[in-house]
Formats: sequence, structure tokens, C-alpha cells
Amino acid sequence: MGRTYQTSLRVGPATFRIASEWQQPIAQLSSLYENYPKPKGEFADFTVRLESKSFWRKYFRPTVHISGDFWLPDASPLPLSQGLLAAEMGMNLQMALGWRRHLLLHASTVEKDGKALLMTGLSGSGKSTLSAMLGEKGWRFMGDEFALICPQTGMAHSFPRLISLKNEAIAAMERNTPGDRFGPLLEDTPKGSIRHLVPLWESLEASNQPAKPALLIFPRFGYDKAVREIGKSEIFVRLTQASTNYVALGEAGFKALTSFVDNVSARAIDYQSGDEAEELIDQLWAELV
Amino acid sequence: MKNAMTLVHALCEPGSIRSFDGAGWTNLISMARAESLIGTLAHQLKDLDVPADVRSVLDDEIDAHDMVKQKALWEAECARRALSSYDGKVVLMKGTAYVAAGLTAGMGRNIGDLDIMVARNDLKSVEDMLLEAGWEWVKPDPYDDQYYREHMHELPPLIHRERDSMIDVHHTTLPLTANPTPDAQGMLDDAVMLENGLYIMSPEDMLCHCAAHLMADGDLAGGLRNLWDMHCLLTEFSRQDPGIWEKLDSRAEHHQLGQAVRRSVWHAYDLYATDIPPLWQSGESVTSAFRRRLLARDGYGRETRKLTRQAFYIRSHWLRMPPLMLTKHLWTKWRKGGAGPS
Repeated sequence: MGRTYQTSLRVGPATFRIASEWQQPIAQLSSLYENYPKPKGEFADFTVRLESKSFWRKYFRPTVHISGDFWLPDASPLPLSQGLLAAEMGMNLQMALGWRRHLLLHASTVEKDGKALLMTGLSGSGKSTLSAMLGEKGWRFMGDEFALICPQTGMAHSFPRLISLKNEAIAAMERNTPGDRFGPLLEDTPKGSIRHLVPLWESLEASNQPAKPALLIFPRFGYDKAVREIGKSEIFVRLTQASTNYVALGEAGFKALTSFVDNVSARAIDYQSGDEAEELIDQLWAELV
Repeated sequence: MKNAMTLVHALCEPGSIRSFDGAGWTNLISMARAESLIGTLAHQLKDLDVPADVRSVLDDEIDAHDMVKQKALWEAECARRALSSYDGKVVLMKGTAYVAAGLTAGMGRNIGDLDIMVARNDLKSVEDMLLEAGWEWVKPDPYDDQYYREHMHELPPLIHRERDSMIDVHHTTLPLTANPTPDAQGMLDDAVMLENGLYIMSPEDMLCHCAAHLMADGDLAGGLRNLWDMHCLLTEFSRQDPGIWEKLDSRAEHHQLGQAVRRSVWHAYDLYATDIPPLWQSGESVTSAFRRRLLARDGYGRETRKLTRQAFYIRSHWLRMPPLMLTKHLWTKWRKGGAGPS
């Protein structure tokens, strides 16, 4: 086995060791995660591995297989040019399959005045873009992939990994954001074009401060502006589907989720543009008190 | 870390972890996860002083494996209910048997599918009852189905349509094509009833099955875990009954599993320092290929020793079937583009 390149990263409460057969993904990670709080010691909760399946595939049209402590048997490999994405996917996979200290909701989160706004929905709903946008407009960005809900306190904890901007959202964010906060543009990924954005330093610095979940939004992009109420049972079922570890946590997961549904206001919103979404969110946020 | 010896030491001499730094712990945890021994490791280190961030991971794993145990027992209960009108013995096997019987081998053990054994003549009625209760075939492939039924020691796997959980219904402990032919009826006759009406194998048979699973079937993937089972069973049973060794010896011969049992006992003694009688301590050598294969894992959790692994993979097929049949089987599978039943 040849040389192994590695780096250790901390995102919110979790630490990762990323080990790779190639230098490039590690170099990209090290530069993009430069301003993140460093792991306290050398111990990592999870190991992510980026490996080749054969000697030839390490050098000739190199393909990266995502593996690690937790892995999926049928995960598709990515070309080496998308090695950064492979590392990010590997970290998400460790969290989704292995993290048990919080209930994981597949949701983006931003914070204001100690209260958290969570946005959840299918891929393409705009939750990631909305969190990135709000993160530049006075909200504290807490995460675009997983909201971590503490089963004991019900508080939302931050998991501010690199923001994964997709397709149209890339140009939209590039207009008002300094270029040195972006990673390389990754084209033709399984999800189209992807470009990673480093959250503002203030978000990273405050990443150990939890926030009380106050509002949950189910955004839907591309429909006429609208706000709808949703019944609690529907919210519950949709969140069981949006949680990667609800089943794995057993009774603790059930208690955390039912208490979340009981205590957090929720609305579905439809919108055609970022400005419309922001207007609706501000309006719902103001009505909270 | 070049091989999994660190993990082996941490399991049987938990004090050995005192010298670990952060990187050492990361290596250990990755290896233990890769070998499906993380729950076991967490239990072994339960009362030790370890760094707080390591403690969090170990506590998570204890919690996760408590759930594994709960789920395994529930699956066994579901099978019991589905088979309540079956009047033969339903014998739990492997992990589920260990947790159902409260054996140390079950502590923190990962348990995937539910494995049960019933009499071969009753397979059809058991199969029908399970299908009736919501289990369905996983592989609707006619070649695989026929292969399982004619040559394997179990039915093709069934999966429950609501709970998504698998059940393997065995009628013996080794493929019918393998050289040793264990006495399946004898195992059923000697099985011990649990409070809920389900059965587990007698201690000797449980050891024979564990050894057969480890040494006479498969390519030693997950071998360290299976060897840990062997270590725990030997330790616990010999404490309860010092006469177990003679019984094990004659029972192993009876099942044509003498070699597999002796080899398993020796490797448990060699790696996990299992307390075994002097008579059992000779035989295998420390340079054994089995030993190299068992330890073929590095600190990143990666598989090492590709050639040894490959050799054991070929051996696993060799053990399972005679050469001509193997050729025919691989030819069919190759044309269909998939791996053989495992």
C-alpha cells in the first residue's frame, strides 16, 4: 500500500480523520477548513477513507471510492477531480450512520437571537441555498445538511460543514460573496455542478453555541408565493423520513422528535426567488413572538 | 499500525490501552469498527479510565449495541410467534443465541440476521409459516434458489416486508457440499430449551458450530469476531463445567469437525490467551496463514495482505464444493455476472 495522506477536521461537535491515497483532496480540505476550530487532540470520532479499487485506478483515470468506519456497499465512485466532494460525502455518511449523540435532521439551520430556524425538504427545495443566503444577511449559519437536536435539552447544535452550493445557486452566491471563500467548481457531479462555500468566520467561531429551535420551514422552490399550515402528525412523519438516525436511536429518538414537533412552529412555504423566500421567512419569524 | 494485534490486546488485556495517545485511539476504534468488534471493545473498556472524547464514542457504541440486542431478541420473538403452531424445535444460532442465553459472547456483539435451525424434513412447513407471517424471498433468481435448496445448509434468505429484517433458516451447520457432515439431528436432539420455548444448542454443539463457521466455512472475513465468540464460549463453558474439554473433543469428532475445533481453540489461545488445557496447546504454529489472515487489518481500518485474503477466498470455495462442481458453479455465476451465494 502506497503513501497515505491525511488530515483531521472538526465540524461542530464531531471530529474526522480523512485518509486519502491522493494528496489533492487533502490539500483542498486543509485550505478550505483552515479557519475552522481545530480538533482538540489527535482523536477522531470517525475515519473517512478515499481509496482506489485497484492499482491502475489510482493513476489512470483515477476514481475515488468513499469508505471509512461506516460505509455503504453500493456507493458510486467519483473521479479524482471530485475528490473534495467525495470527502464531504464520506463525512456526511459517518454522521448519518454513526452519530448517536443527537437526533439528526436532514435540514439546514440558521440562528438569530439565540433561536434557530430549520429548513428541511427534498433535494432542490432550496434549503441549502436559503441557509447560505441568510448566513450572509445577519443570521448565524449553523449548517446546510444536518441539524443536530440534543435528546436531553431539545437544543439545536451547529454542524457548519462547507456549504454545498449547487447549479444556479453557485452564480447567485458568487455575485455578493468574496471569491476567496469558495472551493473549486466541480462540474458533472451526480448532483450537477457543485461549489463549496466557507461559512463566515463568526459562524465557525460560535459553532459550539446551541440555539433553541423556534421555527421549522418546509420550503418549495418554483411555485407561487404561499404559506401553509401543516398538521403535527404530518410534520412528525416527514421528519422521521428526514432523520438519518431516528430509527437507530430507538426510544430516545422518538422522545426527541415528538418533543420537537410539540414545541416548534412549522410552516410550508412556496417561493419563486430568494427575495420572496426571505420576505416570507422574515414575516413568519416576526409572528413568532 | 501494521496489523490488528493492537485490537486483540485491547480486547483481552484492556490495561494495554493505557499508553495510547489520540492517534492510537483513532486507529483502535477504526480497526474495531472494521472487524465488527467495536461493541465488544466498548464493553471490555467499560470500567477503564479513558480520555473523555474516547469515552463518548465507547458509550455511543454500548448504547448502539444495546439496541442491536433488543432488536435481535425481538426478531427471535417474532419468529417464535410465526412458528407457534410448529411442533418441532426452533434452535437459535450465533449472536441471537448468545444474547438470548445471556452469554458473555453476546455482550456488545453485532447481530445482523436472525439465524435459526430446524429439522430438514420440516423445512417446507417452516418456510410456509414464515411466508404466511410476512417474510419474503430476497433473491428471486431460479439458479440461486435451486442452488441453495440442493447444496446449502440453509434456505435462501427471507426478508420481512415490514421490518426489513432477514432470517436464515438452517437445517444443518455446513453446506451439504462441504466435506465434513455434522450430525444436524444430533444437534437438534441435544438442544436446550429457553424459557420462551425457543432452543439453543448444547455447549459442545455451540462450540462446534462456532468453530465450523470460523474455520470450515467462509473466507475468515470477520474472523477475529468469530474467534472472540469462541474465546468467550470456551472461557464461560469451561468455568461452568471443567469436563467440557473431553465432551468437546468427542462431540467434534462425531460431527467430523475435529480439525476445525482444534484449530479454533488453538487460535483463541494464541491470540486471546484463552485458558485451555495443556493437551490442546500444541498443533498449529504461530506462523500459520490463518493467523496472518485473522490479523490482516491496518490502523485506518483497511484490509491488508491482499494475497493471503485472496488465498482464503479461494479456499472458502474449495472447502464448500468439489472441484468439478466449483467449476460449473463459477462458470454459471460468471456468465450471469455476479458473485456466488455467500
